[in-house]
Amino acid sequence: MTELYDEIQQFRARYPDSRSAVMPALRAAQERYGWLSPGAFREVAEALDLTPAYCKGIATFYDMYHLEPVGRHSVEVCTNLACALVGAQRVVAAFEHELGVAAGETTEDGSVTFRTIECAGGCGYAPVVVVDGRYREPVVPEDVAALVEELRAEA
Amino acid sequence: MPKRDLLLAHANERDLTQLGEYRAVGGYEPLEKARAMEPDELIDELVASTLRGRGGAGFPTGRKASLVDRSGARPSYLVVNADESEPGAFKDREIMRRNPHLLIEGCLIVARAILSRNVFIYIRGEYVTEYEILQRAVDDAQADGLFGDVDIVVHRGAGAYICGEETALLDSLEGKRGQPRPRPPFPPIQGLYMSPTQINNVQTIATIPPIVRMGASEFLKIGPENSPGTALFSLSGNVVNPGNYELELGSTLRELIFDVGGGVPGGREIKAIIPGGSSVPILTPDQLDTPMDYDSIAAAGSFFGSAAVMVIDERCCMVQLALRAEKFYMHESCGKCTPCREGTRWLVQILEKIEDGRGEYADLDLLDDVGSRILGRSLCALGDFAVWSVQSYLRKFRAEFEEHIELGRCPFGGESSIEGILAPSDQHHRPIATVPA
Repeated sequence: MTELYDEIQQFRARYPDSRSAVMPALRAAQERYGWLSPGAFREVAEALDLTPAYCKGIATFYDMYHLEPVGRHSVEVCTNLACALVGAQRVVAAFEHELGVAAGETTEDGSVTFRTIECAGGCGYAPVVVVDGRYREPVVPEDVAALVEELRAEA
Repeated sequence: MPKRDLLLAHANERDLTQLGEYRAVGGYEPLEKARAMEPDELIDELVASTLRGRGGAGFPTGRKASLVDRSGARPSYLVVNADESEPGAFKDREIMRRNPHLLIEGCLIVARAILSRNVFIYIRGEYVTEYEILQRAVDDAQADGLFGDVDIVVHRGAGAYICGEETALLDSLEGKRGQPRPRPPFPPIQGLYMSPTQINNVQTIATIPPIVRMGASEFLKIGPENSPGTALFSLSGNVVNPGNYELELGSTLRELIFDVGGGVPGGREIKAIIPGGSSVPILTPDQLDTPMDYDSIAAAGSFFGSAAVMVIDERCCMVQLALRAEKFYMHESCGKCTPCREGTRWLVQILEKIEDGRGEYADLDLLDDVGSRILGRSLCALGDFAVWSVQSYLRKFRAEFEEHIELGRCPFGGESSIEGILAPSDQHHRPIATVPA
């Protein structure tokens, strides 16, 4: 059995009902493969005695599961009310300019997927930008070029 | 103005994420006290404290605990709602980040009261750092033997506002799509895995150790009679010093925004205030002296909600603000109930039409009409949230909506503070051409 299978069995043991392990299992699969491919769904399903369709049905409900390949890095800008009030749209524009893609797209070299998100819970430190899952608060348009440079250097 | 630290006491001087530091300031003493009490006594104490839920609905916490079926016919569960996603709210995050043991201690106390051996903390998936801090604190407390026969599992969400709704959260935790359930049965009777379940917000649970420490009678002396205690107010928007501030309930909006928050940058005028997260009706500057407690905010026509106060200055177009808010609700509607799923989409379309200058006067009535067909017609309150917000904007700023129609364009002409904002629902999801290695 694979390492992922073993990891999922550990999640399973934490819950009275093994179905509850589907979210941590999908997260683990995504962390391993970068996105949830049909093969990833088959692996998760087998480890939990569910069907791949059931697992995909769960994944499609939530925003954080990737159903298609994404870039090696992820940049997300919150544009909900608190961030919008203090200039999130200018931060979005700055990223679009620096990365050369629109929100929802991935750069051609596959290094960065850029998207806007709903409230990330950083309203007091707005505008909030989430880079590879970590919050940068606040980010102003002037910070964007250096941030993109940092990601390109890592890519 | 009454500042008082119950939730973040000592957090400025010490690193309370460390178990030793938390213990050094008397941490886990309330747990010891609680374990010397009978479960019924503990519940009586919570009832006597009149603590109300800090998640948004304000249900009395002690009463909720007293409703949990403790007959033992099925195991009882404690579930903590740490899926903080209400636009404007970032208070639970602060508690988990800076005082995680307070939450854990509260969990262990409530677990004793409701005879539960299984606690689940459902934390929103985006809170990665907070998850790491909390999980480490859980591991430390467990290794220290504090858990007894109780187990605490931290369960991570994956990005869905609806999972902050208690029954949707339970479905999500059960490994299903997070959609609300019909009620009754209510969770204390039939919740997680069809078993009796107490479900509370992070801040509610974190308020319990201080109550046990000081006793309900002392707790009742803090803040106003009908809303005792403190709250972590999340202040955001157009304000000089945004952030979380712990104040006694009953402090006024003016005290929070001006005395603590330093007022509006550049001396601009306040146009509107959202007092409890984006879902509650909006207030206007003439209401700045409203005390922030459950009853006073309700009397002012809104809700205490999650104590998330957002300040909006004069530069903001209210139609744009309404449109952005409605796009959020449209995006987050889980799709289970038709009035909310379809209605939120209608609200967005009508608001887009008005903002684009294609609106007619009849559209204002249509907004109200569509809203009235959403209100109270779904399993949970998400649709209601969408309507409360937009209807309050329309009621209080009708002239501005009418001006859009009269002029056939947005009167702000590109100068609104949130001009051109791009919601996730506006994105073009284009997959990349090649699969990265």
